[in-house]
Amino acid sequence: MKKTKLYIFALLLLILPKTSFGLIEVDITRGNLNPLPIAVSPLFVETKSIKEFQNLLKKENIGEDISSVVENNLKSSGLFNPLKKEAFLQKPDIAHLKPRFEDWSLIKAQALITGEVKYENEKLRVEFRLWDVLAGKEMMALAFTTVPDNWRRVGHIITDKVYQRLTGEKGYFDTRIIYVSEEGPKTNRVKKLAIMDQDGFNTKYLTLGNELVLTPRFNPTNQMVTYLSYFKNLPRVYLLDIETGVQEVVGDFPGMTFAPRFSPDGKKIIMSFAKDGNSDIYTMDLENRIVEKITNHPSIDTSPSFSPDGKYICFNSDRSGYQQIYVMKSDGSQVKRISFGKGLYGTPVWSPRGDLIAFTKLHKGKFYIGVMRVDGSGERLLTENYYQEAPSWSPNGRVLIFYRETKSDSEGKGFSAKLWSIDLTGYNERLVDTKTDASDPSWSSLLSE
Amino acid sequence: MKLNKIFKNILFVVLAGIFLSACATKKVSNQMQGDVYTGKDTVEYLASGVPDRVFFATNESVLTTASRETLRKQAAWLRKNSKVNVVLEGHADERGTREYNLALGERRANAAKDYLMTYGISGNRISVISYGKERPVDSGSNPLAWSKNRRSVTVKAN
Repeated sequence: MKKTKLYIFALLLLILPKTSFGLIEVDITRGNLNPLPIAVSPLFVETKSIKEFQNLLKKENIGEDISSVVENNLKSSGLFNPLKKEAFLQKPDIAHLKPRFEDWSLIKAQALITGEVKYENEKLRVEFRLWDVLAGKEMMALAFTTVPDNWRRVGHIITDKVYQRLTGEKGYFDTRIIYVSEEGPKTNRVKKLAIMDQDGFNTKYLTLGNELVLTPRFNPTNQMVTYLSYFKNLPRVYLLDIETGVQEVVGDFPGMTFAPRFSPDGKKIIMSFAKDGNSDIYTMDLENRIVEKITNHPSIDTSPSFSPDGKYICFNSDRSGYQQIYVMKSDGSQVKRISFGKGLYGTPVWSPRGDLIAFTKLHKGKFYIGVMRVDGSGERLLTENYYQEAPSWSPNGRVLIFYRETKSDSEGKGFSAKLWSIDLTGYNERLVDTKTDASDPSWSSLLSE
Repeated sequence: MKLNKIFKNILFVVLAGIFLSACATKKVSNQMQGDVYTGKDTVEYLASGVPDRVFFATNESVLTTASRETLRKQAAWLRKNSKVNVVLEGHADERGTREYNLALGERRANAAKDYLMTYGISGNRISVISYGKERPVDSGSNPLAWSKNRRSVTVKAN
């Protein structure tokens, strides 16, 4: 995978107006009860550049394509309601210079995105503006250049900037999802590591399916991935550089290692090691290769996840007799059970904001994805289904992605595995499109940071 | 009169339901004790009279009386065939999280390994691998299928 460099050469064309009263804001804490009507005017392609883009990208109108990326992103967030283009009265080039706000408020738009694309020094240069229609003001303006092949990322970056300006929180659109692609009969699934943009485009396969692979997770600081592979029938945790394709076994354990995750600084891998019927949690420092045993208990200790400050670890243990969630200090001391509700609890994952732990719960034959505070209080179940598990947080901690499986008969008929996402509010549950069946999703950090 | 007929129909449906569910229970109980599989559908044989697998209750790795009997047969066969090494493949059903199931499969296979070792089989001849819920034998989403999938299978390694 080629590293794609993106140059933000002029961060701000105009200084952002300081948040002033009266300008639109989107409240992200209340779900999509009232999504903000927004008009995404197709980006205007500079006349001289039209031919160049047609030759290079085989796209009739790259400006329209970029704005559809933005529109889809905004819609999928559940916080925005992008308006139909047919209703737009003003032409893209004129709107970008100076919108006629009456025209846009007539179609009930509260915010407007305009922009222009150019081909300049073999690069794609985009400039866009966000307007507050009701106040009749420009809210932000930004320009950047990139290689033309990166045009979808341009749409994602625009969405991130708009989202951040309107909600006050960082976006999650210029990100990727790594997951396990699944094919074949349920009794003998062929599984491959796959990676795609957050919106389901640009799918690439990172392994060939010759051996079983499970639970890939991104390093939060770079494009490394850790996962479980059954290479040579020895289930071990591996480290994979997705840019070079180089992979290596993590540590030298005389048995199965599994359930890997990175520490928040990306320098350690935390995982389980199973031996003689007992699974405990270990870390390995990727620089000096020092292995530390973190838990020491005859029960199953697995699914560890660091807090974002690296000081604590949440994990899954059946030391009480059944699977429950525990929190301890990162050296393994002060182990404390935090889940006390009815049912079994698994796969705890610490939110990147630090205040919540997402989990899977099994109760009375149903599976739930939920969140609780880090002391175990305030448990909130977001979604219920026949089978679903393994939530992963968007980098801004607003959205969870997980996988869901359907019931099947003894021939495997009816079976499917799909990725789904849901807002932290419990609203906006969505199927995330994948080319094949999919499971074990992990969300990357923002690529442009 | 009409109401009475409706009532009779309802009564018939309810009775039919009870009858059918009684059949279903009976059928399952033939192949399950508690929720441990006791049937033979999926069982293969290492040699005549030596079943290759043992079954477990939900979330459990405790060997049942039947499992111990099977493992004693395996141990006797392994003592007679001292050149044969085996892999114990531990499995879980689909009603658990993937990572926990990997650990559970490992625990089940090790429960079988420990028992073989107490009957004189050297640990050097036995290796263990867990597949968690990755390799079910029965794809069904029902208690009977799940009971077949909660297993440790002894496979010849050479």
